[in-house]
Amino acid sequence: MARGALGLGIATLYLSAIVLIPLAAVAVKAFSAGLGTFWDSVTSPYAAKALVITLVISLIVAAIGAVMGTLVAWVLVRDEFRGKRVLNALIDLPFALPTIVAGLTLLALYGPDSPFGVHLAYTRAAVIVALLFVTLPFVVRSVQPVLIEVDREVEEAAASLGASNATTFRRIVLPSLRPAILSGAALAFARSVGEIGSLVLIAGKVQIASIVIYADIESDAPHAAASLSVVLLVLALIVLVILRRLGGRVAH
Amino acid sequence: MLISRRTSWSLRGIALLYLLLLLVLPLGVVFGRTFEHGFSTAWGWMTTPAAISAFWLTVLVAVIAVPLNTIFGVGCALVLVRGRARGRAILDALIDLPFVVSPVIVGLALILVYGQTGWFGKWFTDHGVRIIYAAPGIVLATIFVSLPFVVREVAPVLIEVGDEQEQAAATLGASSWQTFWRVTLPSIRWGVAYGVVLTTARALGEIGAVLIVSSNVAGQTQTLPLLVLARSDQIGSGAITSAYAAATELAVMSLVVLLAMTLLGRGRDSS
Repeated sequence: MARGALGLGIATLYLSAIVLIPLAAVAVKAFSAGLGTFWDSVTSPYAAKALVITLVISLIVAAIGAVMGTLVAWVLVRDEFRGKRVLNALIDLPFALPTIVAGLTLLALYGPDSPFGVHLAYTRAAVIVALLFVTLPFVVRSVQPVLIEVDREVEEAAASLGASNATTFRRIVLPSLRPAILSGAALAFARSVGEIGSLVLIAGKVQIASIVIYADIESDAPHAAASLSVVLLVLALIVLVILRRLGGRVAH
Repeated sequence: MLISRRTSWSLRGIALLYLLLLLVLPLGVVFGRTFEHGFSTAWGWMTTPAAISAFWLTVLVAVIAVPLNTIFGVGCALVLVRGRARGRAILDALIDLPFVVSPVIVGLALILVYGQTGWFGKWFTDHGVRIIYAAPGIVLATIFVSLPFVVREVAPVLIEVGDEQEQAAATLGASSWQTFWRVTLPSIRWGVAYGVVLTTARALGEIGAVLIVSSNVAGQTQTLPLLVLARSDQIGSGAITSAYAAATELAVMSLVVLLAMTLLGRGRDSS
């Protein structure tokens, strides 16, 4: 027996009982009434609209997250100011804070009782803000270590050869950061597609996919729920494959 | 890159403003709203029978899920990094699934398998065990969503420390059990600790999957995050303060977790 074969068996068993068999049950349920029924269920106006909204919102969140996350990582690595360590610790707050609390806080701040008179609650903008909150650490934490390791001599060489800051960033810094930014953004995208905890309080009538699946389960329509779930599962698998290709480690 | 003072300051300003609006302000508002009617009112909402029961259920779920995932995580990391068995690559790829699968799907999946009409649900029902809409379902959902953290923290550390010391211990006659406790575990302890903290954070705060597999009955199957949700949906005076009070309870727990993350992160980097 190869070294670790027993361990591999036990680990696979544990993973199967908790993750793999249940996920297989979703797929079986979705196709239980045939491929045609699955297709009809997924392409019904209700489900199709939810999928489109979810995809668009998640892409927006991934894009904003990529830009702002890189900017925040840059400031945390290259800038020096008092309180930087506190700020660095704060970045992990969305990972530590329960998502329902995140939803409630955003409702308090940008909801009907907003102290600034900003009423975003129950709109798509509110959903995007909530998702930006919960996905904030992904890009920052994936870009930060790469930025620390980047060789600054090349940047200095470029500058001494007359390259402007914008050119140096675009031609020297960005290429080395790109895989990290992309894997962070891919994780943020995957998280956004499936997120529910921070959204139950503020999504209102915005019919994103996870809320529609939840409503389907509650109204005892497991087949519709399973069909939509299969589409989201396929999206999740695509993101996993992209992440493997990028070689980025899947974190948090 | 030499950046002018002005650019540097404006970048810093944008970053700080973004984090202020997104992170600091919301948290401050929740604390403010919790205590706007005085500390004793807030404390009263935190100590109602339903709130106390929710607190202990949340702790109980974490106390079961975190050790199970820690044992699995360390063992699985060892199998993946040190093992030679075939099929490791497949296991390695599948471990990350819980990070990308929607919690709602997790809930649905568990119902389809362990629910009353589910694949294994009938067997459990016949033997008088209720999983879905009861505490075991909440535990299963929590284990699912927090499964990969320890593996993903420990595996890179195992690769980094190498196996020379383990081989030396084996050459000197240590059993594999002794080698694990005396050599391997001490060298990966920061990774394990960090993974445990991340698992705990997720276990305490999970709501999406739990929302679906729990019957959400106060005093029985209501965790703290579910209590926040239930109280937020209530109408009437005091309802919103009570929701904020439960949220503050969770936020304080997560700030402790955040502190642990920061301290352990420092230990991990310096070792």
